[in-house]
Amino acid sequence: MGLKSFCLKKSLWVYHFAGASCNNCDIEILDVLTPRYDVERFGMQLVGSPRHADVILISGSINQRDKPRLKEVYHQASKPVFVVAFGACGCTGGVFAEGITFAGPVDQIVPVDAYIPGCPPKPEAMISGLSKLMQTI
Amino acid sequence: MIHKMANQRIIPVGPYHPLQEEPELFKLYCEGETVKDIKWETGYNHRGIEKLSESKTFEQVFFLVERICGICSTSHPFAYANCMEEIAQVEPPNRAKYIRSIVGELERLHSHYLWLGLAGHFLGYNTVWMWAWKYREPILDLFEIISGNRNSYAMFKIGGVRRDVTGDQIALARKTMRDLKKKNDLLTKAVTDDPVIHARTKGVGTLTKADVMDYAAVGPTARASGWAIDVRRDDPYAAYDMVDWKVITADDGDVFAKTQVRLLENYESIKIIEQCLDGLEKEPEGDIELKVKEIPEGIGTGRAEAPRGEVFHFVKTDGSNSPVRHKIRAPSYVNIATFKKACVGQTISDATISLAAVDPCYCCTERMAFAYDWHSGDKIYDGNQLVERSRKETERLKNTL
Repeated sequence: MGLKSFCLKKSLWVYHFAGASCNNCDIEILDVLTPRYDVERFGMQLVGSPRHADVILISGSINQRDKPRLKEVYHQASKPVFVVAFGACGCTGGVFAEGITFAGPVDQIVPVDAYIPGCPPKPEAMISGLSKLMQTI
Repeated sequence: MIHKMANQRIIPVGPYHPLQEEPELFKLYCEGETVKDIKWETGYNHRGIEKLSESKTFEQVFFLVERICGICSTSHPFAYANCMEEIAQVEPPNRAKYIRSIVGELERLHSHYLWLGLAGHFLGYNTVWMWAWKYREPILDLFEIISGNRNSYAMFKIGGVRRDVTGDQIALARKTMRDLKKKNDLLTKAVTDDPVIHARTKGVGTLTKADVMDYAAVGPTARASGWAIDVRRDDPYAAYDMVDWKVITADDGDVFAKTQVRLLENYESIKIIEQCLDGLEKEPEGDIELKVKEIPEGIGTGRAEAPRGEVFHFVKTDGSNSPVRHKIRAPSYVNIATFKKACVGQTISDATISLAAVDPCYCCTERMAFAYDWHSGDKIYDGNQLVERSRKETERLKNTL
């Protein structure tokens, strides 16, 4: 285990990028911070800037307007950074994949390390996905 | 107005920021601490739902409109169901009406708790956030037991509902409501008696009744300024005219009044749900839908009271199996315009809670995306051109089949 992965292992800081989402995934992401799930006990917390983040959590389909901004956010993040596509829309585009403004699923825009499917994924699914991601570090 | 004032500073909030979970960009034009003007940009959330709806069958549209907004994921199907039932000239059985109202009111409860928590978070009062969201969990559990999902319920169909609410579920719902009433007592007292919350919210983001009427605001935003407007009472649908409840209003129009209105509405919701559960027990089990064989040509409108205000759906059909035109008007679309009135003249620290007070939902509101060239900044497509392009694309696909 190198120094980098040792540091990452203890506390993943998550930056939440909401694409063209329906808000469902976003409220479930906030939900895991609240008392019942309390993901902060694993050292995970939401941060305000991609520069502070170890994980970029992307929810929602990506539309034409979000696409350049998503690339920008990914470039701003200090590497190594893990990208997690959250929810059906993040993974594939979901129900909006046929929309006129759809700009491609997340993995065609930035490299993705983990997928958490579901519409919306339950908080348990998110915790399980992130713990699997931690095991790969 | 901006270029005249040399000492103004622009403070951008967004589009991706930790304050609100949705992407939107606010530009606060400030002089010192005071906000002088505000502009907001949206479009980060546009998905072209009205257009997508034209490519779906009437039953599929329910799942699509559910995903307009995850928080109001019953209000949109509710309005759409009202709309389609107007076209098909059917009325769902009483049991379906009760189930619809129960789901609608449970959604209002979870949405108001969600708002209360977020408002606490915006004030830097995270205790309120944690408590409100903790008390919201039993509602989501109930949803999971009734519908199978915590957030998108898929309960509605034309002429009725998809799933029945029976024996054990009714008992559980009653227990949840009993517990929730106690928790709501606690939260209402804790929030409305807290001196810190008083100091941060009283007299902040005030909208007078005249302002609210000028901006045609709806929902709790209007009700907190003394305008008793509620679709559930004004144009009753589902079981709302079969139960006893009242419209909650407040007179001050500030953030505190909006908080009060929402907290007291929770009691009304609990009351409605309990009466609907009584009603359910009187109706025969299993009588939850009418078979609607075909949708005739015609136009229909449907309204529903979402937690944020009135949702309006308009559908035009031509006798085929999908809508020809589907127009959606969400409550935040009008409520967001009141930001200008609420924020200007306040300090920057009060701006956030003034923005949050109307419970803005940008994913409901996104309407039109203009396509801009990334490098030159030129507009490539406007609305009509995009529709034109979409039609050509459909034509091309049709020809390839």
